[in-house]
Amino acid sequence: MAELLLELFSEEIPARMQTRAAEDLARLLGDGLKDAGLKFDTVQSFATPRRLAVVVDGLPARSSDVSEEKKGPRVGAPEAAVQGFLKSAGLKSLDQAEIRADKKGDFYVALIERSGRSTSEVVAEIVPEIVRSFPWPKSMRWGNGRLRWVRPLHSILCIFGGKVVPFEIDGIKGGKETRGHRFMAPKPFSVRSFDDYVQKLRKAHVILDAKEREIVILKGAQKLAAKQQLLLIEDMALLAENAGLTEWPVVLMGSFDESFLSVPPEVLSTSMKAHQKCFSLRRGEHLANRFILVANLEAKDRGRAIVAGNERVIAARLADAKFFFDHDRKVMLEERVPKLREIVFHEKLGTQYERVQRVRMLAREIAKLVRADADLAERAAILAKADLLSDMVGEFPELQGVMGRYYALDQEEDPAVADAIGAHYKPVGASDDVPRDPVALSVALADKLDMLTGFWAIDEKPTGSKDPYALRRAALGVIRIALENDLRLPLNEATRAALVKWKNIPAGGAETQQSLLAFFADRLKVHLRDQGARHDLVDAVFALGGDDLLTIVRRVEALGLFLDTEDGEHLLTGTKRAINILRIEEKKDTCSYEQPPDPSLLKQPEEKALAKTVDEVERVAATAVAKEDFEAAMAAMAKLRAPVDAFFDHVTVNTDDPGLRENRLRLLNRIRATTLTVADFSKIEG
Amino acid sequence: MGKLTKADRPHAAPSFQDLILRLERYWADQACVILQPYDMEMGAGTFHPATTLRALGPKPWRAAYVQPSRRPKDGRYGENPNRLQHYYQFQVILKPSPPDIQDLYLDSLRAIGVDVANHDIRFVEDDWESPTLGAWGLGWEVWCDGMEVSQFTYFQQVGGFDCDPVSGELTYGLERLAMYVQGVDRVFDLNFNGGRGKDKVTYGDVFLQAEQEYSRYNFEQADTKMLLSHFRDAEAECKALLAKGEDGKRHLMVLPAYDQAIKASHIFNLLDARGVISVTERQGFILRVRELARAVCAAWLKTEAGGAHA
Repeated sequence: MAELLLELFSEEIPARMQTRAAEDLARLLGDGLKDAGLKFDTVQSFATPRRLAVVVDGLPARSSDVSEEKKGPRVGAPEAAVQGFLKSAGLKSLDQAEIRADKKGDFYVALIERSGRSTSEVVAEIVPEIVRSFPWPKSMRWGNGRLRWVRPLHSILCIFGGKVVPFEIDGIKGGKETRGHRFMAPKPFSVRSFDDYVQKLRKAHVILDAKEREIVILKGAQKLAAKQQLLLIEDMALLAENAGLTEWPVVLMGSFDESFLSVPPEVLSTSMKAHQKCFSLRRGEHLANRFILVANLEAKDRGRAIVAGNERVIAARLADAKFFFDHDRKVMLEERVPKLREIVFHEKLGTQYERVQRVRMLAREIAKLVRADADLAERAAILAKADLLSDMVGEFPELQGVMGRYYALDQEEDPAVADAIGAHYKPVGASDDVPRDPVALSVALADKLDMLTGFWAIDEKPTGSKDPYALRRAALGVIRIALENDLRLPLNEATRAALVKWKNIPAGGAETQQSLLAFFADRLKVHLRDQGARHDLVDAVFALGGDDLLTIVRRVEALGLFLDTEDGEHLLTGTKRAINILRIEEKKDTCSYEQPPDPSLLKQPEEKALAKTVDEVERVAATAVAKEDFEAAMAAMAKLRAPVDAFFDHVTVNTDDPGLRENRLRLLNRIRATTLTVADFSKIEG
Repeated sequence: MGKLTKADRPHAAPSFQDLILRLERYWADQACVILQPYDMEMGAGTFHPATTLRALGPKPWRAAYVQPSRRPKDGRYGENPNRLQHYYQFQVILKPSPPDIQDLYLDSLRAIGVDVANHDIRFVEDDWESPTLGAWGLGWEVWCDGMEVSQFTYFQQVGGFDCDPVSGELTYGLERLAMYVQGVDRVFDLNFNGGRGKDKVTYGDVFLQAEQEYSRYNFEQADTKMLLSHFRDAEAECKALLAKGEDGKRHLMVLPAYDQAIKASHIFNLLDARGVISVTERQGFILRVRELARAVCAAWLKTEAGGAHA
């Protein structure tokens, strides 16, 4: 068994593409080897700014010989069939084939022997193929060449069992040499094995593994922060990006003038992060006037010049940000609103200005539904998009909403209005919190419902992996806002209210609304499933109809708990049995047994007991459901278990007496109907 | 931490003009044609025909030049420490891009006194696209201690045509680079000529008044009606010259036509600065200029320099 090491050495690969590229390389190489009949133990891949590397362990020196039989046409088959067979089996004449017999007669069989190939030969074939068709998100040509790569590809190291695998791709030959750090160890060196490669790279100031580079950065940053009694504001994406920008990360700390701390902390952090890839620090709850930068060099002067240079750039960046902040505050938010006419929200859906006009009305209506101050909600909705026209949001789009809040506070809007502006895009991701304040959540809901109904009306729904307007996120946002605030949100009413605001779009009919409600149901299912709920329970509750998310979720929870009990389990079995029998008999008799059973025809004690209990249970459960006390409803259901079990143990439904049979079927229907007060048991698995 | 001390700075930081002279010397030694700025107003060195047009066609080409770049919208009446409506770009084009182009570039930094053993040089993804030229390429912005000092691009398409061979384009923002090597925070404080005491001439001495005057012109006074008609004239003349220059398989008047496209592009920038172009109109103007650029590039490929066969 031997090891294969491949390194593709290029000019700087964009940080955001490295992880994916390393995964693709491992997958493509692994698949290529497997397809060639070569098995291996492990495949591992790595990326740095200048290289993709992959190591495959436990490869044989050759693929094994393969012999297979290919069945051909019958003896005496037409000439065309014979020729086709000879061609596909690679035979010159029928003399080379065997003749075998089965029940139907004689037929030809070709014995094909394929001798194994040397692994090195296979690798020399598949690597050029992988390189030529590598799935970079964007690739380019360079010089006079025809090859495409993410940036110019300089050399390829490819050794199998310590020996160079010979191949050539557009003038680049497979070899055993690579290079270290661009500035600290630029000379080429040769490599014998993966271990040798990793060690020599390290000596040449390259840490191959991105995860290790991340750890170096994180630990280094935390250590520097601790020395100054500061806390690092951790940011996984920024950490990964810095690991993708360095082969030899060196963590340094710089500072900026304290006077910049008058600018909102989000602005300072965003500016340092977006432009300079620097981490922010805090002292207690407040942002500190320090930052962490990650260099790619162990400088002779221990980074003094690098820190000084970065400090000057940061100072200029923060001065820009401060200028934007001061400048933006000279214009009142409402003065900006008319200019939203110039910002197209979507080609078919009109401008941001029109959007604001709809959202303000919708926010009023939703505010009434959730008992929020409608005037404040409307005011917030009017101003919510104004910051899109501010210099700051122009520079840092990710600060939308955040800046609007600051500008609203600055012009002395009601704090609830300012907070609603700040929170109305929330939640922006699975880990983001939802707005809590009634005014804020009114605007947030209105904003999302407007967007969803608009895109539904023009039939631009998410499909498969395509969701360019993040509509799934918007719908999930609505769901989470309702659930996490224990909010009653009748979706029917809310979506209709949003749909009727679309004056210029014709397709806003009932069908659109139904489709959107189904989408919400779907999103809710996904959400509940993500939280560990069983999808069949969600289906069972959804089947009852109803559009209030909170009620649906509470029912699902109560149902889940009930089914975990022994009573629940038994009742489910009994009920499903009842439903199955009914389904079969109703089909057979082409009628339904929905009339109440006739008490005079109840003969056996088990029948009588069941009939009595089922009525009681239905009454108690219905009352409990009306009060939304789903635990009580389930507790009532539990009482059904014993009589249902006893009924099935002692009573025969399909008796010869047609009157008795019909009455018993009606009794079964009572079980089905009663359980329907809490869920459609037929949808539950198990 | 703290301010740069003298010892941190490269020895004898070059003056602004020294920087240009050193870069010219360096790139002249790499067999570049050292050109002078193109004599028209343009937004970037890329618009110079020595880049835009020479990047197309099969013929090898190496050139370097300073190009004054006009960005009317970026004017700040001389009040911003690093925003200018007129600044200098140093532009290098190497066609085909040589395999050692990154090393050549790094050596140019050494030539202007950047010590790469003490400064953190990074190639950070930054793809380039010019909607008005119908051009794009992949490359990086080059960072020196977190400051963007150059733009580095491998041209893939210009005027909608594939670049084959591919040119490597290097653009140095001269003011920023000079501020960096001189350790100056305000562009107008740059030492322009390297003189001391009475002999010292600053960037502000040369350009501050111009920044103030042009900011007034760009933002307040430019006659938009007249500019609009200039735009239409340039557009019409460009198309007319392209039509008149057609000569069978050859084209005989590409460069004059291209001048009109450059003119239209700059007038559009001026109108934009005057704030008379709405968001929707903007796209329309860009498309009109791109159409001109595309047609000019197509015509260029029918000229000798564009590689057409006799």
